[in-house]
Amino acid sequence: MKKPDFHHALKIVREVCIGCTHCMNICPTEAIRVTNGKAVLIDNRCVDCGFCYRVCPVNAIIVEQDDFNRIFEYKTRVALVPSVMTGQFPDNITTRQIYSELMELGFTHVFEVEQGVEVLFEAMTEYLEKNSKTKPLISSFCPAIVRLIQVKFPALVDNIINLNPPLDISALYFREQLVDEGHDENDIGIFYITPCAAKIAAVKTPPGENDSPITGVINMNFIFNKVYTRIKQGTGDSCIVPDICSLSARSILWSLTNGESVHAGGRSMAVDEIHNVINFLEQLENEEIKDIDFLELRACDESCAGGVLTTANRFFTVERLKKRAARAVSDTEITDQEGKTGMFRHKEKLKKRMTVQPFEPRSMMKLDEDMSEALKKMKRVEEIGKCLPDVDCGACGSPNCRSFAEDIVQGYSKINQCVFVQRIFEKKGILSPEESINIMKGVWGNEKLDKNC
Amino acid sequence: MQFEYSIEGGNFSRAGYASSEVKKKLKQLNVDLQVIKRVVVALYEAEVNVVAHAYNGRMEVEIDKDKIKLALVDSGPGIPDIDKAMEEGYSTATPEVREMGFGAGMGLPNIKKNVDVLTINSVVGKGTTVQMITYI
Ligand SMILES: Nc1ncnc2c1ncn2[C@@H]1O[C@H](COP(=O)(O)OP(=O)(O)OP(=O)(O)O)[C@@H](O)[C@H]1O
Ligand code: SF4
Ligand SMILES: [Mg+2]
Repeated sequence: MKKPDFHHALKIVREVCIGCTHCMNICPTEAIRVTNGKAVLIDNRCVDCGFCYRVCPVNAIIVEQDDFNRIFEYKTRVALVPSVMTGQFPDNITTRQIYSELMELGFTHVFEVEQGVEVLFEAMTEYLEKNSKTKPLISSFCPAIVRLIQVKFPALVDNIINLNPPLDISALYFREQLVDEGHDENDIGIFYITPCAAKIAAVKTPPGENDSPITGVINMNFIFNKVYTRIKQGTGDSCIVPDICSLSARSILWSLTNGESVHAGGRSMAVDEIHNVINFLEQLENEEIKDIDFLELRACDESCAGGVLTTANRFFTVERLKKRAARAVSDTEITDQEGKTGMFRHKEKLKKRMTVQPFEPRSMMKLDEDMSEALKKMKRVEEIGKCLPDVDCGACGSPNCRSFAEDIVQGYSKINQCVFVQRIFEKKGILSPEESINIMKGVWGNEKLDKNC
Repeated sequence: MQFEYSIEGGNFSRAGYASSEVKKKLKQLNVDLQVIKRVVVALYEAEVNVVAHAYNGRMEVEIDKDKIKLALVDSGPGIPDIDKAMEEGYSTATPEVREMGFGAGMGLPNIKKNVDVLTINSVVGKGTTVQMITYI
């Protein structure tokens, strides 16, 4: 297989994997196969949505994060926190309390990702106006969706808005602000507390441009456990209260479903959960769905509140953030206030750096680069398909009969891995039961086939 | 490479299924993305016309290295005046069909715009065949 185009944050730990089919069956891009009793990831198909991580019954799938102690390699240690982080905690724990605990853990600064939203919002409004001929314009907010479009809906890459998400904008800004305040550029470490694997992958290989202003990424569930334990054990009577500038309601809700679409104007829509998004994009490609100006698409159900690395029930997170937004200053007020201070003062400079390079199509669907070859392969796939039972049981190690036929044609599988074909071959005397057992051992490992029944 | 799909008249919840299947095949064959876009838009309109206006039908697909040949063959009322049907905005869609968001009379003109060759044959009271060719 080709060398991967993407960095992946999701890893399958071979020693822990029991070779079941949960991950293979749920994967929306058919990026997982089972061989030798272990699940393996096809790099170029994986979009880091993390659905496999959710369903693994033995926690064999991990989200690779940076070692927490790496923060101490820097003198200035910034925790860059998205608003869904505050939504992880019960109502009686205040934002200030959470942020103080982060300082206690060793960070010297706590900044909020969504402080970049107001500047982005202005840039986005201008972008939407300027590019109103392209319908629909698709938000680049969720990196799993950007990758999904690249690999599965390549004809739509030009519809993706070429603007950085709030995370990159905030990180750029805070880095500059700290340098202005006299911190040495090389001493600044900005660590993003992530709700998902996709954001990690995007930081390590940004889908549009090449370098990220973020130093490292730490998983939200890891930080949540540390902070919540301290609060619960009462060790958290800390008095260091970080200086947090207040967020607008719009900013607090930006990462939730409809967070962007309600502000986009025109005919705007939001779709969440990656399987829903795939269905929607299928229809959009056929122009069954037309005349939409702006599309907000998110891989997780309830958007980032449902990120794979969150701990709290996503519906409570949404409730809590809505309450926080109701207490926040209105969007116009914050714009006025921000006009005098903070990020807004630098908006023109920031806007210049907000544009990302156009996204490249990276189709994973093609059977071959060369169309005549692809046609030959497709004919083979059709012929093989006729021999398969269409049961989609997964016993061959592929997620369904059709993808199995493709795997055979691409040379990754053999037709006698199908349990139905084996029975037919045995009846014809082409294959012995012992041979069948050995083939199945090749897919599922020895253990499952050496049982004493 | 040939494929065939059946289409059920009046069942809007399945409309678009065959077009999506063909789209997958074209992606697998690494056909130019812009070509896929055009073909699929035309195909979808033609598929919906069978669903909206005919009793039942089938989609025949023939793909080779230099062209994509598509035919929608239906049994249905047929089209009495094809030139008229080709006009933008002409539609005989029932109020029910309009309610579903179809019936603007833009389908056939849109097909014409998106394929290289369009041939329509129709016998009133029997059915319609819409043939489309796109060169790659
Ligand atoms: N397969 C068919 N069988 C019978 N009549 C047809 C068929 N296809 C098209 N027609 C006739 O031609 C007319 C014009 O078709 P066209 O696709 O342009 O518009 P429409 O289907 O009415 O509306 P729209 O496609 O914009 O939803 C239809 O209203 C119908 O009378
Ligand atoms: S919806 Fe949010 S949490 Fe989920 S993958 Fe996208 S960016 Fe990550
Ligand atoms: Mg029509």
